[in-house]
Amino acid sequence: MSDATSTVSITINGVDHEVEAGARLISAAERVGEYIPRFCHHDKLEPVGKCRMCLVEVEGPRGSQLVPSCTMPVSDGMVVDTQSDVVKKAQEGVLEFLLINHPLDCPVCDKGGECPLQDQAYSHGPGESRFVEEKRTFVKPIPVSDVVLLDRERCVLCDRCVRVADDIAGDPLLVFNERGNQVQILTFPGEPFASYFSGNTVQVCPVGALTSVDYRFKARPWDLVSTTSVSLRDTVHSNVEIHTSRGKVVRVYGAENDSVNDGWLSDKDRFSFSALDAEDRVTTPLVATGDGFAEATWPEAIDTVAARLGSCMGTEVGSIGGANNTNEEAYVLSKFMRSVIGTPHIDAQLGDGINPQLAAAVTPRATLTDLDSVSTIFVWGPDLKETLPVLYLRVRKAVRNGTNLVVASPAATGLDGIATHVIRYRAGAGHDALRKLASGDGSLKVVSHLLAAGSVVTLFGRSSISEDERLAEAVASFARTLDGPGSLPLLGRGNTFGALDMGLANNLLPGRVSTGDAAGAAAIEDAWGLIPESAGLDTMGMLNAAVAGDIKAIVLVGADPVRDCPDPALAVAALEAAEFVVAIDAFVTDSSTHADVILPAALWSEVEGSVTNLEGRVQSVQSALPPKGRARSLIGTLSDVASAMGADLNAHDVAIVSKEIASVAPAYGGVSRDFLIFEGDADGVIVPTTAGHQPLGYIATDVSVPLVTDRFTLHFPRSMYDDGVTTRHAGSISGLVNESFVRINPRDASMLAVEDGSTVELAGTIRMPARLDPEVSEGSVVVPFNVEATKGLTASASLSVQAVRGEG
Amino acid sequence: MTETILTTRMVAHPADSHTIDRYLATGGYDALRKAVTEMTPEDVAGEVKASNMRGRGGAGFPTGVKWGFLPDTYPRYLVVNCDESEPGTFNDRQLTERDPHQLLEGAIISSYALGVSQAFVYIRGEYPKGARRLQRAIDEATAAGFLGENILDSDFSLTVTIHLGGGAYICGEETALLNSLEGRRGEPRLKPPFPAIEGLYAKPTIVNNVESISNIPWITLNGGNAYASIGPERSAGTKMLSISGHINKPGNYEIVMGMTWRELIYEVGGGIPGDKGLKAWIPGGASAPWFIPSLHLDTLVTFDDVGQNGSMIGAGAVVVMDETTDVVAAAHSIVRFFAHESCGQCTPCREGTSWLQAVLERIMSGGGRLEDIDLLLDVSDNISPGLKWPPAMTTICPLGPSATAPVSSIIKYFRDEVEAMIGTTEVANV
Repeated sequence: MSDATSTVSITINGVDHEVEAGARLISAAERVGEYIPRFCHHDKLEPVGKCRMCLVEVEGPRGSQLVPSCTMPVSDGMVVDTQSDVVKKAQEGVLEFLLINHPLDCPVCDKGGECPLQDQAYSHGPGESRFVEEKRTFVKPIPVSDVVLLDRERCVLCDRCVRVADDIAGDPLLVFNERGNQVQILTFPGEPFASYFSGNTVQVCPVGALTSVDYRFKARPWDLVSTTSVSLRDTVHSNVEIHTSRGKVVRVYGAENDSVNDGWLSDKDRFSFSALDAEDRVTTPLVATGDGFAEATWPEAIDTVAARLGSCMGTEVGSIGGANNTNEEAYVLSKFMRSVIGTPHIDAQLGDGINPQLAAAVTPRATLTDLDSVSTIFVWGPDLKETLPVLYLRVRKAVRNGTNLVVASPAATGLDGIATHVIRYRAGAGHDALRKLASGDGSLKVVSHLLAAGSVVTLFGRSSISEDERLAEAVASFARTLDGPGSLPLLGRGNTFGALDMGLANNLLPGRVSTGDAAGAAAIEDAWGLIPESAGLDTMGMLNAAVAGDIKAIVLVGADPVRDCPDPALAVAALEAAEFVVAIDAFVTDSSTHADVILPAALWSEVEGSVTNLEGRVQSVQSALPPKGRARSLIGTLSDVASAMGADLNAHDVAIVSKEIASVAPAYGGVSRDFLIFEGDADGVIVPTTAGHQPLGYIATDVSVPLVTDRFTLHFPRSMYDDGVTTRHAGSISGLVNESFVRINPRDASMLAVEDGSTVELAGTIRMPARLDPEVSEGSVVVPFNVEATKGLTASASLSVQAVRGEG
Repeated sequence: MTETILTTRMVAHPADSHTIDRYLATGGYDALRKAVTEMTPEDVAGEVKASNMRGRGGAGFPTGVKWGFLPDTYPRYLVVNCDESEPGTFNDRQLTERDPHQLLEGAIISSYALGVSQAFVYIRGEYPKGARRLQRAIDEATAAGFLGENILDSDFSLTVTIHLGGGAYICGEETALLNSLEGRRGEPRLKPPFPAIEGLYAKPTIVNNVESISNIPWITLNGGNAYASIGPERSAGTKMLSISGHINKPGNYEIVMGMTWRELIYEVGGGIPGDKGLKAWIPGGASAPWFIPSLHLDTLVTFDDVGQNGSMIGAGAVVVMDETTDVVAAAHSIVRFFAHESCGQCTPCREGTSWLQAVLERIMSGGGRLEDIDLLLDVSDNISPGLKWPPAMTTICPLGPSATAPVSSIIKYFRDEVEAMIGTTEVANV
């Protein structure tokens, strides 16, 4: 039965329907099976009524009138005709208008075959053109950014791309130029469409006007095979369609999942796939020869690894990484290390994260959809735009709909411009700001009151790798004093939450069981056999132990600690000191170059399994292709190593592992891949965070975080296009690595006699140009993490900064 | 029929009607004084409603009724539309240049009536003299206490700001004007919401034409009933008409409506130069369908009589064409104007108007085909379905339908001339 307050009755083509009150006519009609043609209308964008394709007749006081159904809200008793002669003529007229200046270059257009203009010309067009004049021409195509090209002749000026850029992404860089029939989309002179979300405009374009550099001329739509999966570029897990043609991924499209990504992707989600086919990808096992690597067979490599690991005591082995693998792969790694090797030294984070138990089981834990319904969102962590870009879009959406936003950070973040309040604190002094906020008094009184005034979701994490991880715990503790659905922990690396949930942490066993939980550990031993009793070392602990000689063998799983951990020098020393290093990776990195054996790893889109995002949502990833060359899934690799060591991981395929997880890992009780695919919600399943199978409820406490009092404190944030392994190997975006500057407050700069653009020396070793930025808190310096220019810089809390004379 | 309201001062004192001294010497700002000292805002609005004045900008919607649409929220804005760009109209220009204080006083009284403390006057960029004179009037009125804080010692305060347009006809459309004023592209907005509910900066806004506002001081002083008693009941008051084209005495005329077009053209306008025959005229600006002598000479010059005959008084631009006029060239000239001025946001107007232009150009250059006549009509029909009056539209705003008026007019009244131009060129190579 329909609810009288939420539905209205309308008549479409003589048939009565109950439709959602307040809906736009075009959407209401579509939901009851009446498709009205359209170009400018898009479910996720504000209506503009520009293309006029969706004109229908609505009866009114002065007779039937043609109205655009995309802008017309339904009202009770509305009588609509979508098929009258008048409507047909209007629609045919609009289509003829759209085609008169269209180049009709469909045979060489990427959109041909999946083009709404083609489709609707076929279904709603007049069938022939009466236009015999000369067509309008433009130079084509023109690049509007490094990854997007614009063909103005094909453009139907639907305004979708402009709305995506302006409203969704907050990057108002595409504009309408000129007027009349010379109107065209352009960028401002000298200002390219440099948006982290530019690829979405290509996807929403209803014609072939916007194309991506990557996909252009690569395939015909009817040759594409589409595989539904999720992106692992960050922990949001945006839903995607992976499009393959002739054995290659050629395109990634956003898929609609309103609980997660609303169909949007970051350009990193969308364009990273070209790393799969990078020329220098490792596709065969490699064995160190003393002056490089030689190719080896899998049996040779497996035997070497099994023998060398087997020759160590269990606790002399540690594993680092695994955060970019599936849950099933992570589970097998956890099982292999604990039950076959017998070591508790396991960590999927690289010293840049937060307490694994807090990340896995913060209580209460919010969901992404909670962002749409709370009165305030409170962000204290990394710059979402740079590290969790689709979460940034979700926060923007909530703020567009009236939600308050509070952002705390040592320097400007992408969200500051739309924030209700910004809390700017000196790097290293965050706990002071937090105490002020918690006291509800003093300079942050207004913010405290806002947070106390309604329901709040808190997004917490480390603002950068140089920030004390205990601050995030203190923020999470403060968040528990606020009303609302709870908190979401912010971690960046692909499937970190899945990895932690599978026990890839020094203090966690699969299913969010604490290593200190004797009963929980016993249950896992029932399934696995004996495992180490105590908690192990984390990544930094392992690196130190390796230098000290206590760790003799290191397993690197898709991890590059030399480039991506707080202390690069320590990482180098550890890898050099270790007697044996095996890297399971797809590339030779600054870390795997120290390995004795490199085993080629299958990457995203080459393996199937399940993954868990930052809200604990388990979704399914599919393999669109077999692994490249002789690369293999981690499950197969570890099964073979175990087998060579005389052990059986019972991991013959993903389905078996998945079933074992569903029965062994408490929080995942019943959540197998079969369940996800055949029974679960299409949006994925959030594994329980409170009752039922959840064994660990992590209550954050207000730990004391020491104040850093040195002259200059370091804020060392990641950016979207850093020098990460995937970005470096993804052709179209590899050139987008941000320019490197040290950002410093102008007052500090003047005391140091540093000018905008002049060179400064950091920590006595690194020289970079300075940029004066009043948004940087005084006493802090902002240095980009994981870029070529800052390679080797330690992520300590403070550092020395000096002007370099006679340079810059 | 010598009644004048708007042009009395400029006719009597052509040399200095724009100065504050002359304005004050001829009763200027008496109406404002009366309004703020003797009348409540509601009283003023009541007089305007009683006047039955229909908006002078083109649509002819009663000004007092429009004012009544404002919701009870603040701030509200008044925007005076002086983006007069319709080919053939030049009456707002004269009212602004020759009697800026009358316009300003009207804006101040209107603001008082509407509860507005910030008003804007949007003047087309091609009217620098009017803008200069109005700015001087604003400065003088402010110095004299008629504008600014606590006007005439009341608690009513007002700022009036002039904004110069950038040269787009479409910015005369009230919502495009508001976009332009906000610094956006001059594109008409979707309606609803109408400006009275959600206008400038999303606040309730009244947009009135210069001529409408210039009538307000007289209405305030003399009362709405006095205004309503002038002329026919549904075309009350006087109306400024700009007469141009093939006419002996082109210019602006303030008339009382109700005379015939014959009287207007032959008596007011002095007839056709050289006593040539009258072929057609446009009764209300470039966007209005044409009138022809055999049908319309004895039609009355009122909003309703013109409307019932399928055209409009519009902004009051009368363009007269004598028997020598090449109607295809005339229609092309108008269509080209609209194609050039289309904002380009909606498909039928962007593509349709320039298509009409291209077909007319092809016909004029000898490439016409007989089927082009039906094509012109059908393309027009796809912009303005049914080619009826008032026009239906597939577009966002009436600009596109405006471009169809001259096309349908020449085919309706002068089809033989169009066919003759196409003539023997049926097989023309296109």
